[in-house]
Amino acid sequence: MLIYDTRYRSLTFQVIAALVLALSFWFLGNNLIQNLRAAGLNISYSFLGETSGYDINQVLIDYDSRSTHLRAAIVGILNTLLVAFFACITATIFGVIAGVLRLSNNWLVAKVMSVYVEIFRNIPVLIWIIIIFTIMTAVLPGPRAFRGDNATASMVLDLFAFTNRGIYIPSPHFESGLFDSAVQNWLLVIAFLVGSFFATRRVSAWATAKQEATGVRPSTFWINLAIWFVPVILLMLIMGLSWEVPALKGFNFAGGIKVGGPLIALWFALSIYTGAFIAENVRAGIQAISKGQTEAASALGLRPSRVMNLVVLPQALRVIIPPLISQYLNITKNSSLAIAVGYADITATLGGITLNQTGRAIECVLLLMLFYLTISLLISVVMNTYNNAVKLKER
Amino acid sequence: MKKSVIYGAATLACMSAVAATAGTLDDVKARGKLNCGVTTGVVGFSAPNAEGVWEGFDVDVCRAVAAAVLGDSTAVEFVPTTPKTRFTALSAGEIDMLSRVTTWTLSRDADLKFTFVGVNYYDGQGFMVPQELGVSSAKELDGATVCIQTGTTTELNLADFFRSNNISYEPVPIETVAEAQQQYIAGSCDVFTTDASQLASTRATFENPSDHVILGDIISKEPLGPTVRHGDDEWADVVRWSYNALVAAEELGVTSANIGTLAESGSDNPEINRLLGKEGSMGEMLGLDADWAVRIISAVGNYGESFERNLGSQSAIGLARGLNALWTEGGLQYSPPVR
Repeated sequence: MLIYDTRYRSLTFQVIAALVLALSFWFLGNNLIQNLRAAGLNISYSFLGETSGYDINQVLIDYDSRSTHLRAAIVGILNTLLVAFFACITATIFGVIAGVLRLSNNWLVAKVMSVYVEIFRNIPVLIWIIIIFTIMTAVLPGPRAFRGDNATASMVLDLFAFTNRGIYIPSPHFESGLFDSAVQNWLLVIAFLVGSFFATRRVSAWATAKQEATGVRPSTFWINLAIWFVPVILLMLIMGLSWEVPALKGFNFAGGIKVGGPLIALWFALSIYTGAFIAENVRAGIQAISKGQTEAASALGLRPSRVMNLVVLPQALRVIIPPLISQYLNITKNSSLAIAVGYADITATLGGITLNQTGRAIECVLLLMLFYLTISLLISVVMNTYNNAVKLKER
Repeated sequence: MKKSVIYGAATLACMSAVAATAGTLDDVKARGKLNCGVTTGVVGFSAPNAEGVWEGFDVDVCRAVAAAVLGDSTAVEFVPTTPKTRFTALSAGEIDMLSRVTTWTLSRDADLKFTFVGVNYYDGQGFMVPQELGVSSAKELDGATVCIQTGTTTELNLADFFRSNNISYEPVPIETVAEAQQQYIAGSCDVFTTDASQLASTRATFENPSDHVILGDIISKEPLGPTVRHGDDEWADVVRWSYNALVAAEELGVTSANIGTLAESGSDNPEINRLLGKEGSMGEMLGLDADWAVRIISAVGNYGESFERNLGSQSAIGLARGLNALWTEGGLQYSPPVR
């Protein structure tokens, strides 16, 4: 009998499974098309080119209510990427600190970190977002409190204004930039920083070569510090760096950079929530390194900080990075909870207002799925490349 | 085996196609319950009272339809919807009708494929600000932070208004009225904007209503009305005439107080008799029985009674009839003849 032949049997089952899968997708798609037709609707993406007609409170590119729905979607995408990027960085910082401190020999520190991890990862992130936003709006003063002779609130150092609508900070700009556009001037600054980075790499290589030749490593700290700061500061002085300080005008503060309350709430909530998970990954990674490694390194006479930096962490990274990728993906996807606090991410613009005003639910949701899938896969690719670079090389 | 899967799938596809074309009126009768989409809580229009029973001006329309179709004004399953979920809920068939402060617009009619069966409240978009700001006109709101309910026409009107007056603002999009209230009270927005009736309803729930003013500027037309899906005209007729019966009753002087005697002994006015099923066969034409309008009026009263009870002088909101007075009294409410 053919069914007792493992090759045929497994092949047959796979074909059947594939057919069932294809059929169920066909059924769902067909059902959708039939129901749409019955309701007299169709699938069309032409709405993306139409005027959106609504305003957005946080825009990174030029946008007003006469822009298209497509541009509104791009504004949303940039806002999603902004909060996801910053949340990934701060979550990693929180996570590494909490993870390392949880292994501390100091009983109090270790317990405080345990409490942090257990509280934050066991309460849903949506609740945290709302709690932080509510506390912000309830505790911080409104712009009105800054007004008048007997104002109940005042700006910190006369530079920063903490209000329940967000934090206003001074914004830097160039009086006599080398280029006309601000973006080009800032790109020049970034180019200088990149140059400094490569210069410090060269200095390190030179120090290593010297160490291998003579056995003594020359001190590079002051040289590196100078390479990082001197050129950039000189450039900024030449271009006439000045600061625009926020000031109360009318209903709100004007001037400076506004970091909106919704952004802060979302960013902070995602960071502390995901930081708790990352802390556990870091702890697991460090504990995965056998004690013998630490002891052997100590026996060679390495100082504890060197043991951590040269022996334990490089090996722990191999364990930490794969779950870290998942956490970064989680941050990006959880940022879609932004609508709870009125942050204009892609789910709020394309999947919220645009969807509502045009009624193109299926089209908008498909686009949203495509966007999150693309971003998640990109993050995966980048992090997997990094993982391949640090993982144990087997030859 | 593969064949049976295909047949099974084909059968299911056919069944779903059949289900989509069956009449809503028959569906509701078979179910014995009307699924009616309402707000998540706008006092006066649709909100649960202290006992958890839904009450309000829009709720009365749902109850009127249930009374006409099912003979029981309590046989309604109220489905709370947000501005974002309401249209999907209606087109997906989760609700039979939407009675939820929804503005009648061309695109909702023609592009989203809905039928607005009438206008039960003529409204317009207004602004509410704290008294202490000393603002007297919406044109003084340059640079203000404005709380809006996202997914509504107010969002678009607001953008148009500020653009045409060449002043700036910062929008704070909020999902529900309750959250918007919270933001407004905490002072994280200077202005709350929505339909003027909802502003009045929101203000009535505040601790100190007199600390807040509703500006005189009305920046849009917001005809609010009950809505059904395109393509089921019989059902649209039932909902349209259940609503018209309320207005016609007020016009004819039929109230919940005198409906008993009028239904018993009839009237000298043939139009009242037609409405109440004493003459002609109006109910039959709609696919209902002769007493349909009698049940509506006994359950919720006429249009004026429902208005006064939920929004007018007998309520905490205290709205005047204004545009919503009968046409005979200078308003816009007008029912086509029951004939």
